[in-house]
Amino acid sequence: MTRLLEEKITALHGAGGQVMEKLIAERILPKFKFRAAGPIGLDHLDDGAVVDLPPGKLVITTDSHVVKPLFFPGGDIGKLAVTGTVNDLVVMGARPVAMTLAVVVEEGFPLSDLERILESAAQVLSKLGLPLVTGDTKVMGKGELDGIVLNTTGIGVAERPISDAGLKEGDWIVVTGPVGDHGMAILCARNELPVESPVGSDVAPLWPALAEAVATGGITAMKDPTRGGLAAALNEMARKSGVGIEVEEEKIPVRPEVRGLCELLGLSPYELACEGRAVLGVREEKLEQVLAALCRHPLTAQAQVIGRTSREYSGKVVLRTAVGGKRFLEMPLGDPVPRIC
Amino acid sequence: MNTELFRLRDPKRARDFQRLLSRLAPSHPVKIVHVCGTHEITIAQYGLRSLLPENVEVFEGPGCPVCVTSTQDLDCALQIAERGAILCTFGDMTRVPGSRMTLEEARAEGADVRVVLSAADAVEIARRNPEKPVVFFAVGFETTAPGTAAVLLDNPPDNFFVLVSHKLIPPALAALLSQEPREISAFLAPGHVSTVIGAGAYRPLAEEFRVPIVVAGFEPLDILYGLSLILRQLREGRAGVENAYPRAVTEEGNLRAQELFREVFRIGPAIWRGIGEIPDSGFYLREEFRDHDAQKEFGVVGRMGEEKPPGCRCAEVLMAKAIPTDCPLYEKVCTPLTPVGPCMVGAEGACNIWYRYSGRPRL
Repeated sequence: MTRLLEEKITALHGAGGQVMEKLIAERILPKFKFRAAGPIGLDHLDDGAVVDLPPGKLVITTDSHVVKPLFFPGGDIGKLAVTGTVNDLVVMGARPVAMTLAVVVEEGFPLSDLERILESAAQVLSKLGLPLVTGDTKVMGKGELDGIVLNTTGIGVAERPISDAGLKEGDWIVVTGPVGDHGMAILCARNELPVESPVGSDVAPLWPALAEAVATGGITAMKDPTRGGLAAALNEMARKSGVGIEVEEEKIPVRPEVRGLCELLGLSPYELACEGRAVLGVREEKLEQVLAALCRHPLTAQAQVIGRTSREYSGKVVLRTAVGGKRFLEMPLGDPVPRIC
Repeated sequence: MNTELFRLRDPKRARDFQRLLSRLAPSHPVKIVHVCGTHEITIAQYGLRSLLPENVEVFEGPGCPVCVTSTQDLDCALQIAERGAILCTFGDMTRVPGSRMTLEEARAEGADVRVVLSAADAVEIARRNPEKPVVFFAVGFETTAPGTAAVLLDNPPDNFFVLVSHKLIPPALAALLSQEPREISAFLAPGHVSTVIGAGAYRPLAEEFRVPIVVAGFEPLDILYGLSLILRQLREGRAGVENAYPRAVTEEGNLRAQELFREVFRIGPAIWRGIGEIPDSGFYLREEFRDHDAQKEFGVVGRMGEEKPPGCRCAEVLMAKAIPTDCPLYEKVCTPLTPVGPCMVGAEGACNIWYRYSGRPRL
């Protein structure tokens, strides 16, 4: 094989045939520790995988991932892709069972970067014992794509699936940890701000941390506050559930360094994305049990009750501000851009 | 973060102020006007209107420098950009509609329009492009005017020009007070501008119009404190200037900055979008700086008369006669992503702030 094929992705890598086979067999497959969830898995390089399903309802989710930069403090696109899909399953109340991964990569993309990305995706899966059962690789011409796109599909099973529309009047609203870390880390890593990020991304799989809390049966609705942050998640939950949500600004966990930088830049920490947090609606009588379950895991140990649902302001989110004033917490307008003057 | 800031957001003190404000509640409706986007952001973001007595209303008047820049001035900037100069200005300015188009649209059609953070950045661009005229479209109140003056006094390159659209706040307050019938009970004066011009600058106004004017800072307690001083004055029938922001604002202001703009600018009438011509409210370059005067260099003159988009009530919002939710376009067709009027474009415009921070008359 020529040196070029060793260092950079070329059209040949995506063309099937020997070069492709070698790339997959030598560089990709071995990174993934668990490669089957049934009789046919990744090693068979078949047209699909066959999965033995545990009892329960099947939950499926899919997501395509693009992030700039590909490597950022606290993670990279590989970790993000796998984690994001695991978390989407978890907030549906499901235990992850298997995952697929499709890679679309631009001609000329450094092979070492590709390996680093897949390595970090593999690490997350190995730690969770979650098998990668099938995948796909495509190469696109130079300029047809900006670097790399990852698509992950996850399947899981849930005894009692949880939606984001299940809030009832009187439910408590819980967030599992400080919000805004991922959004701030990415904004700073883009070098568009004159500062270095004070925090790394919070990207982390919510499984198994949330398993016990889900098992209590006390969670009425759940969502991961990714794009649009806490503000978007709460608004969606309120609108879909047909209840109002009142949250206390003082109770919302935000790291002081994130809050400080937000203040400086004119951003709202409630609109910055999280990649390792969940927002939960919890029935009154199960609140203590759910909080106790969350506190037993380091990832969710800083869980906080931030507010409660109400009949008033149906479909809207009301923020009781730090000084006791009240205002709506609106759906974010778009991606946060620092104010410049 | 600065512990001082936390102290100025202390929930317990805020409750004390709320009680104080309700004790000072006036017996008749009171309309307090501030003229500062940053004040409006704090008021909206912290939901301060919900803490005020029922018959006290707070309006943002002409407090957004981008919003009050006249179509005429903007048209001049457009013409200059279309004649091949590099036109530099602050970010929001590029999205405000002129009579034909925005500067952003002019850029899309090939004009070289650049966003800068200060006059000094524009000078830097001029130094790096000696073969091209570089024009700084200078907008803003007494806060940004000294920056423009400073670069002109610091031997800028020959290819650097300024299109001056700087404005003064006190004459605008006088214009609002001269409206008949007068609806404004008091002003909450802007902290930033006041650091430059000093609290004393408002004394002639307070005396002439018998109106309380209180200078306030930008933290929630700064504003609640300022409002409480206003309500107390109204209750006691007083009309004077008080300084609720003494940690930044002095009676005489920043004398060095005032000296800078006196050296560079003379004062004349200016047109404010939505309000019209206000005497003695605009800065103009003095004769000594004519070599850097973009208007002279390019011979541009804006077309008179306002172009007002149908239905848009920005003019009344800028006059403190309407609040954003009074406008039929607000939130429906006019949003920060699809702004119709200037108050939705400028990040300090009342409509833009209400949209982003969910400002409401009361919740």
